[in-house]
Amino acid sequence: MFGLDRKDTALLAIVALLTLLAPFILNPFPAGSAMAQFNAGYPDLMQRFVIFGIFAIGFNILFGLTGYLSFGHAAFLGVGSYAAVWMFKLLSMNILPAIFLAVVIAGLFALVIGYVSLRRSGIYFSILTLAFAQMSYALAYSVLTPVTNGETGLQLTLDDPRILGSSATADGSIPVTSLFGFEMRSATELALGPWTFTFSVGYYVCAVAMILAFYMAIRIFRSPFGMMLRAIKSNQTRMNYTGLNARPYTLAAFVISGMYAGLAGGLLAAMDPLAGAERMQWTASGEVVLMTILGGAGTLIGPVLGAGFIKYFENIFSKINDNILHGWFAFMPDGLEDAVVFLLHPFIGKGWHLTLGILFMLVVIFLPGGLVEGGQRIWAWVTGKNRRSAKKRATTTEPAE
Amino acid sequence: MDAIILQILNGLDKGSAYALIALGLTLIFGTLGVVNFAHGALFMIGAFCAVTVQRLLTLSFETVDPEKTDFLGQPLKVKTPYIESWFGPEVGTAIIDWAVPLAILLTIPVMLAIGYVMERGLIKHFYKRPHADQILVTFGLAIVLQEIVKYYFGANPIQTPAPDALTGVAQLMPGVVYPIWRIVYFCFAVLIIGGVFAFLQFTTFGMVVRAGMADRETVGLLGINIDKRFTIMFGIAAAVAGLAGVMYGPINAPNYHMGMDFLVLSFVVVVVGGMGSLPGAVLAGFLLGILESFASTTWATTTIPGINQIIIYLVAIIILLTRPRGLMGRKGVME
Repeated sequence: MFGLDRKDTALLAIVALLTLLAPFILNPFPAGSAMAQFNAGYPDLMQRFVIFGIFAIGFNILFGLTGYLSFGHAAFLGVGSYAAVWMFKLLSMNILPAIFLAVVIAGLFALVIGYVSLRRSGIYFSILTLAFAQMSYALAYSVLTPVTNGETGLQLTLDDPRILGSSATADGSIPVTSLFGFEMRSATELALGPWTFTFSVGYYVCAVAMILAFYMAIRIFRSPFGMMLRAIKSNQTRMNYTGLNARPYTLAAFVISGMYAGLAGGLLAAMDPLAGAERMQWTASGEVVLMTILGGAGTLIGPVLGAGFIKYFENIFSKINDNILHGWFAFMPDGLEDAVVFLLHPFIGKGWHLTLGILFMLVVIFLPGGLVEGGQRIWAWVTGKNRRSAKKRATTTEPAE
Repeated sequence: MDAIILQILNGLDKGSAYALIALGLTLIFGTLGVVNFAHGALFMIGAFCAVTVQRLLTLSFETVDPEKTDFLGQPLKVKTPYIESWFGPEVGTAIIDWAVPLAILLTIPVMLAIGYVMERGLIKHFYKRPHADQILVTFGLAIVLQEIVKYYFGANPIQTPAPDALTGVAQLMPGVVYPIWRIVYFCFAVLIIGGVFAFLQFTTFGMVVRAGMADRETVGLLGINIDKRFTIMFGIAAAVAGLAGVMYGPINAPNYHMGMDFLVLSFVVVVVGGMGSLPGAVLAGFLLGILESFASTTWATTTIPGINQIIIYLVAIIILLTRPRGLMGRKGVME
């Protein structure tokens, strides 16, 4: 179906189903129960899952396929956000033109940066992209203040022109982003017994965008172009010797992944119309690297998993505090309970970054294929098909030159 | 003229920090071929060694002074650091005052140990892996180290003042006044850089290391345990980063993410200097520091707005595209 073979169609169907049913799946605990804080089924967080999923899918097209490790990808996301917010300010609150412009501008920006950075490979490429991203960040913070509104961040105001829309609503407030009349923030709630499920328009817009982005990624992975990118990853020198200029291919991959980042940035702005320079900082670029590696670079589903995993931890894990821990370990004798809570204390709440860092190191050291490889290993162990999957692994984790 | 000298001086102290970190990075890269993203974290740990020493020295006990009362009318509690009660108030205060220079004594063994453990425990397993994996694992390590420090010392910057004798400004020549501590920092940096170079140039150990940098396999074939020496070099590189951090405390109060801020710039410095070239790293560190300080003058920022923010990156991009090996890079290193 859709030009995919059966396996890929199944994968796409599973991803589509999971994304569309996410409000149910991510809300397994009844509201008001002790475990309700682990529910991730509220619109804001679900939107983050899919938006950063898109970002990571795009990053994976570059890093997973060509092996070029960009440390400045957040710049494209930031540029996309700015472009989208400007569209909301100048044109209308409809999100389509904003997202379109975000993708186009991010693509152009990626074209320029990619054209320069791709002259070098390996660590030099990483540092060049890092340098460009830091430059954009520094400029957005200082000199470009007329465009980016500096430290405050770009926001909507009541005196924006909005040619095709209205500057202000009837009751004098700033209009909200919408898609042909469907407001992004509107949501319906469905109460089923003790459970409450929230369906927000914004989430479904993002979800559809992610499914489309995922479909595009599958097509790219399976296309001759994708094969070419993988060939570049496994041995670029040999590609050159066979008389093939690799740069147009890597540049295309770079621009495509920049456009994905722009899409993610545009969606972020569409959900919440403000854009700040900190979205471009290199720690933000580092985060998408973490997501992709944690999930599994070079695999289709990995980046989405990684993005979901990190965002879930960031929002849910960081809420756990000592009292909750005491509740969990209440069955233990008092002294032991305190000891356990004391030991776990640095890793929870504000310390979740520490957990993330340790987890990330463990993945890089023991599971270069990320969560996907972990899953494959467990699957192989369960089904006993060790040899076949081991062979498959060996081909998927070719070193980058 | 005075303004130019002042800008050069301004550049020198930041340049010293860049040069020291870049020197350590290059030592690691040149010997072990590992790209160490955790080097900034080592710099930060060095700075927090100073904080630790300061806290240890000011550990105090409380006594109640019956003669005085506080503003609530209760007997005043007086905190006396143990140091003061052991050595008498004068010597004690002097020791506390010199906490930052004293921290050097703690930093060197601590950093050597951390470097040794890091190399043996983690980096060793990554020689055969691609550079991307090395970057990723050290990046992860940097996050972990940073978060551990944040857990124990909090997220706010902690002041580590320089000794009273070395605060204030000095009149270098008519019209040029300059903070003394920055001059100290520069001299200190020059001393360390000189020390590292002398160590590599004039000792047998250094000679073997240099030989290993040029051709690791052959040195190994000659029956020399080069791995052991490279591990020690990793420790030395960590110590250099730590020393750079310890002395930087009075210039900029240590906070847990200072390492990351410096790391990005230091990588740029290493690339500009030429990957794997020690003199290149030092030269590029000072050059970029001075360049940055010239770019921050009002004249420069009014001519090209924002130039002070991007000058280093801009230079790096130009150098990478026109002289791919950097200023003093050797042929065949990471091309």
